[in-house]
Amino acid sequence: MTRKPGLFGRVYNGLILLFLYAPIFVLIVFSFNSTKSRSVWSGFTFDWYRSLIQDSSIMNAFYTTIIIALLSAVIATVAGTFAAVGFYNMRRRWRTPLMHINNIPMMNADIVTGVSLALLFVSLGSALRFNLGFGTLLIAHITFNIPYVVLSVMPKLRQLDSNLVDAACDLGCTWLKAFWKVVVPEIMPGIINGLIIAFTLSVDDFVISYFTAGGNVMTLPMKIFAMTRRRISPEINALSTILFLTVLILLIVINVREAKQEEKQKEKLRRSQG
Amino acid sequence: MAKELIRLSGCNVAFDGDIILDNINLCVKDKEFLTLLGPSGCGKTTTLRIIGGFLKPDSGDVYFDKVRINDVPPHKRLVNTIFQKYALFTHLNVFENVAFGLRLARTQNKKIDKHEISRRVFEMLDLVSLKGFEKRDVASLSGGQQQRVAIARALVNKPKVLLLDEPLGALDMRLRKDMQNELKQIRQAMGITFIYVTHDQEEALAMSDSVVVMEGGVIQQVGTPEDIYNEPSNAFVADFIGESNIVDGIMRSDGVVEIFGRKFKCLDGGFDPLEPVDVVIRPEDIDIVSSGKGKLTGTVTGVTFRGVMYDIIVDFHGFKWLIQTTDLCPVGTEIGIQIDPDGIHIMKKSRFSGMYGDYSSYSAEYDDIGDAELEHETDDKDSITRNA
Repeated sequence: MTRKPGLFGRVYNGLILLFLYAPIFVLIVFSFNSTKSRSVWSGFTFDWYRSLIQDSSIMNAFYTTIIIALLSAVIATVAGTFAAVGFYNMRRRWRTPLMHINNIPMMNADIVTGVSLALLFVSLGSALRFNLGFGTLLIAHITFNIPYVVLSVMPKLRQLDSNLVDAACDLGCTWLKAFWKVVVPEIMPGIINGLIIAFTLSVDDFVISYFTAGGNVMTLPMKIFAMTRRRISPEINALSTILFLTVLILLIVINVREAKQEEKQKEKLRRSQG
Repeated sequence: MAKELIRLSGCNVAFDGDIILDNINLCVKDKEFLTLLGPSGCGKTTTLRIIGGFLKPDSGDVYFDKVRINDVPPHKRLVNTIFQKYALFTHLNVFENVAFGLRLARTQNKKIDKHEISRRVFEMLDLVSLKGFEKRDVASLSGGQQQRVAIARALVNKPKVLLLDEPLGALDMRLRKDMQNELKQIRQAMGITFIYVTHDQEEALAMSDSVVVMEGGVIQQVGTPEDIYNEPSNAFVADFIGESNIVDGIMRSDGVVEIFGRKFKCLDGGFDPLEPVDVVIRPEDIDIVSSGKGKLTGTVTGVTFRGVMYDIIVDFHGFKWLIQTTDLCPVGTEIGIQIDPDGIHIMKKSRFSGMYGDYSSYSAEYDDIGDAELEHETDDKDSITRNA
């Protein structure tokens, strides 16, 4: 039961939201400020966005971020979907411990995952002669994305009618055909959610990237961090605004999709009982 | 009757050390309506899954038209199945669900062109009264309509045998009766073999040509509905099919059985002299007479009004009987009873003797409580499927 909060509660909630979001709001507003001042509004401009685009090191970081996000999201989605199907068909005795292992990257603090992966890559790298760089960054992103894909596909598998594959085989499918023609389409909403979540997390990640990218590759969050160490320029405001909006839009898409699917599921349940 | 179509011979299935099927031998004739009947966990669904090809027996053989088909996968068998909860493809609409099997047949070498597919799908939708629903999303249909889609989806492939796994289990009482009639009509129209799994004995009696009663992974009896009801082979079958009073008796000679020290005439024979037996007396075969005139005298201890008749519980020598009568006998009345020879059925003693047929703990809700078991069966079955 939710009770409407009293006056005190509402003021309290309002203050929390204000402290959380006011800095971001100020940041967005001042990304359009025509001078470098961070306190005085002196007119509207797109200059900082323009200089962003002209800065080749920033644009490189941007491309790296997008490529890493796309590649890691797609690879993690394929791997995670197969993993989820595997877990689902496993006996409980095996499934439970493997699911726990799957959840480790999600439960650990990013810094732990980041340092562990860095140690792994460095020690493997000295043995197999490779350096930290694009490849290790990509593997790190795939690693922390897979558990989220598994967790987003798993509930869809559980909702499947237990006889669905049998029904497809009964109508003339081999097992593999039944998987492609029936199981994959039925769990597709979960797969797509997993893909968007993975992409978002990848764009947003700083800590793990910082430890696994090495010296020559940079993602946008790393670039922002590097820029703030020298001087805080309004370009950072512009860049942060772009990142913030991208992640915000993706999160809204994920949540709207999930709400819609839940609604559909409820409707289905209601129908079949009626 | 018609020729043999499917034969199971010595089929055994065990799962994690539990015996699910114990030496099942079964013959299904062509164009027959055969029902596998039993309580949850008796192995009826497992038997059906063996015929469908979703499960291989640990030992034993399956024959279809005299050809051994143990190793033939489900998609190559001339059998289609209607699953519990239907297993419809929710990402496809009604038309595509029904056309699913035909489209697959087209990609194999059996050529069915587009017009043929659509003609046959519409013909099927017509048969199951779903004309005009072809564009609908299956999730938007009611339980009864989803059931019809499942029937059409299976029958459109023109199987030789249709397997039905508790197809009416999810429907309410009224709809279930309607669908029973409809299934019978559909079968007549198609002229194919139905193998039907249910735990509902009334459904089994009403629909089948022959009934296979199962319990504990063992076939207890095979026969026509009349045989099963009138000549149950043991106390389990007698109790599971309809209501029955099952009492201990002793055969005095052919045609004479002693119950509670009184001799009754019966039609059964062929037992050893003085052999202890189980005696089945159906509640509707007992005539109530005034006390003193009957062979046995007892006191009424409970009355339940059932509409067409009363169920009364009568105490004879500490053993409670169920009697169905149209006469009202208030609680506490002393009554006598008479039983005609054809109302008495004698069975050999079995492992079920003494377990069933006493109405001491009878209550009106008892049957409903029994049905709650159904939940478990799906779980069992899942685990078997998963590891098949």
